[in-house]
Amino acid sequence: MKVEVWDIRKSFSSERAALAGVSLTIPDGEFLALLGPSGSGKTTLLRVLAGLDFAEAGAILFDGRPMDAVPARERGVGFVFQHYALFRHMTVARNVAFGLEIRPRNRRPPAREIRSRVAELLELLGIGELGGRFPAQLSGGQRQRVALARALAIEPGLLLLDEPFGALDAQVRKNLRVWLRDLHVRMGLTSVFVTHDQAEAMEMADRVAVLRAGRIEQIDTPKRLYGDPATPFVHEFLGESVRLACTVQDGLARIDAVPSASIPTPCPAGPAFALIRSHEIELLPGPGPARVIAIHATGPLARVLLRLGEQDVEVLRQPDAWMPAAGETCDLDLSRARIYPLQASPR
Amino acid sequence: MNTVLPQRPTTEHWLIRAGLIAVTVVLLIVLLLLPLLVVFTEALRRGVPAVLAALEQPETLAAVRLSLLVAVISVPLNTVCGMAGAWCISRFRFPGRGLLVTLIELPFSVSPVISGLVWVLLFGANGWLSPLLNATGTRIVFAVPGLVLATVFVTFPFVARTLIPLMQSQGAAEEEAAITLGASGWQTYFRVTLPNIRWGLLYGVLLCNARAMGEFGAVAVVSGHIRGQTMTMPLQIEALFNDYDWIGAFSIAALLSLLALLTLVAKAALEWRIGRAGGGLL
Amino acid sequence: MAACSTASIRPADDAAARRSALPGFAPTLGITLTWLSLIVLIPLASLALRPWTLGLDGVWQSVTDPRVLAALRLSFGTAALAAAVNVPLGLLVAWVMVRYRFPGRGLADALIDMPLALPTAVAGIALTALFAKNGWIGSLLVPLGIKVAYTPLGILLAMIFVGLPFVVRTLEPVVMDLPIDAEEAAATLGASRGQAFRRVVLPALLPALLAGFGAALARGVGEYGSVIFIAGNMPMVSEIAPLLIVIRLEQLDYAGAAALALVMLLVSFAILLLLNALQARIAANAA
Repeated sequence: MKVEVWDIRKSFSSERAALAGVSLTIPDGEFLALLGPSGSGKTTLLRVLAGLDFAEAGAILFDGRPMDAVPARERGVGFVFQHYALFRHMTVARNVAFGLEIRPRNRRPPAREIRSRVAELLELLGIGELGGRFPAQLSGGQRQRVALARALAIEPGLLLLDEPFGALDAQVRKNLRVWLRDLHVRMGLTSVFVTHDQAEAMEMADRVAVLRAGRIEQIDTPKRLYGDPATPFVHEFLGESVRLACTVQDGLARIDAVPSASIPTPCPAGPAFALIRSHEIELLPGPGPARVIAIHATGPLARVLLRLGEQDVEVLRQPDAWMPAAGETCDLDLSRARIYPLQASPR
Repeated sequence: MNTVLPQRPTTEHWLIRAGLIAVTVVLLIVLLLLPLLVVFTEALRRGVPAVLAALEQPETLAAVRLSLLVAVISVPLNTVCGMAGAWCISRFRFPGRGLLVTLIELPFSVSPVISGLVWVLLFGANGWLSPLLNATGTRIVFAVPGLVLATVFVTFPFVARTLIPLMQSQGAAEEEAAITLGASGWQTYFRVTLPNIRWGLLYGVLLCNARAMGEFGAVAVVSGHIRGQTMTMPLQIEALFNDYDWIGAFSIAALLSLLALLTLVAKAALEWRIGRAGGGLL
Repeated sequence: MAACSTASIRPADDAAARRSALPGFAPTLGITLTWLSLIVLIPLASLALRPWTLGLDGVWQSVTDPRVLAALRLSFGTAALAAAVNVPLGLLVAWVMVRYRFPGRGLADALIDMPLALPTAVAGIALTALFAKNGWIGSLLVPLGIKVAYTPLGILLAMIFVGLPFVVRTLEPVVMDLPIDAEEAAATLGASRGQAFRRVVLPALLPALLAGFGAALARGVGEYGSVIFIAGNMPMVSEIAPLLIVIRLEQLDYAGAAALALVMLLVSFAILLLLNALQARIAANAA
């Protein structure tokens, strides 16, 4: 199902807007991640898509059909809640069958068919033998799959997942990531997935929308998001960033602490700042502004701690690359830095 | 262990503890258990046959029937309205919600006599609606409708009061899930909400019923004490007691005490099931 | 961006936005408000309005009648005394129930709710039988010259009986939540358990003690069934205010009964407000 969101606005109180004008288009079959810190509006957007909350302005279209007059129960959206919201007094099988059993008589499949569909789904999700258990008897990961099976049973056009792995421990999360992505592809779903964990979003999604304070800062494929962050917020949210002050003049940014570095940039002249990732900084031999404090050569990448002016900077290098000695100074190649004008600072 | 350990810093010396426990137990027995025991002792003073004979008196049977009738009318009414109120208060936010909760609890803070007084003021001989009643020949006060009204007033909060904190602590997530799966409001309520609140609901109904059958002050005011007609069990207890028919009075009291014991047992069982919802379930 | 039909872009619509996905709000609110008005609000409104048919003067005469004042003094005074007795008793019971383990604790816990579960008339005749001249406890007190039944002392005991659960249940959660590290700190600073209790625990419990006092007081003032049998019901001596209301009703003095009821409600309300203010003061000082 193709989903279009046009300029959705919602606020819970007079000062803070939960959604301050969000627009995006989700093509059929896409796995989209909504990524952002808490309070950025991602869960609100999800709930508005499902019809559990309502926007004050804007429109939602499913396959071109406007949804503002359509109640949640008619939207055909599968919703997986953060804490699963399993019906605690029903067995797993009854939970999964629920969406089929409550259908009006003319749309309800016969009981035998419901049973077999439920069994099929449970098998598919790897919990085939748990049909007779109650939610309280299951582990977190198992409950997660039941919630998913329940949502999938109604053959939704759109699958929405609200921090589905939030309550699980790290190893279980990792396994479920791969498996969920696989399921999405196999069943041909359109999925929107909310998370605050950037690694998860980047690993699983076709595209990631980074939200902040009710707005989309950037929506792109993980690769482009990481390699070409549009705003400082996106840059810093997606990975450790080193921030360096610089000055722009005539289309060139000069890093204040590293005079030899000058990076072409379209930014206007004046004070600015550069963001660069630890592994993007190249070390050059020779005298320079950076003094090496320590080198830790354990692990897949070596960590070189530098003192640069007033700042401590950590650089990640391949362990077999050239290393300066501790106490020496060296120069820095910052050509991969991205320059942002000062007022774009997220602080 | 032969060594004497130093006393733990946040507990009293064991002698003091034992003493306090002993005092408490004695206190509870004297103050709370003895009255209950007295009821059964006095009722059985001349043995079980005397109790049965007392209970079979026509006036007593009429009182039991009347108490049951009043309960059968008021408890379901307050239960349905309590369930409605609990849904609206625990699942939605709206201005005046806090005030509504306070108003629902109002009958708890009003003296039972006043709870009966208000109905007499409306429907009694000098009441505001008495001209209307006289014209249509209906009797409310000194008749069963008055008893029902007084009982409904005093038992008004019980079901709502038990359900509201329960439903609030359970949260709306399961109901929202049901909605996304396509369930209608009624389907959601009967398949998802009710099973989750059934023990709290049962408890609220039990309390409501116990109070409905045991209410004295409010009912005494509206009843008119017409023997055989407007005497509920507690009123019959009063009548028999004032007539020095202690066996009769305590026999009925024993019946009501059994109901009270059942309620206490149910409370303990339900608390064990639901977990302590912040004490004060009664 | 493809053009989008303007019909589906709504202008800012706060009311529509605040609606909930869960159904049933309007009907359940309607039922609740209707039932509340019919059963609680309208009757109480008539109570508030009825006294004034006597006129301001009439109301004043009615409530300052010596018999009324005696009844009010007795009801409020005895209830206050009973509540005052229940505070240390309730604290003792709450402390023991929360802090100690002993066989039969579960039974004791159920027992505490007995006065709440037992119908008031049953409690009334039971207490009378217990404290009458030849009752189990009464017979022990008569040689000591203490008469309980049919005296104000009986009223006091009945009020203690009905008020105890309120104090205990108000205190239990608070005692449970007492920060144990405050007591540990006191111990490390050299305080004995008695000192720690007096200086650290009691002040922390003060708001809850006040709340329990208020709850027991409110219950005692309005109590009828438990008290009416053991009281002597002699005007000016052992006649409680609720009984006077009943008597006035029987005399068809509706306005007078309503006036007295109104006074009782207002005074109870005022006392509770005062206690709440005290509690807030204490909490503010402690913050």
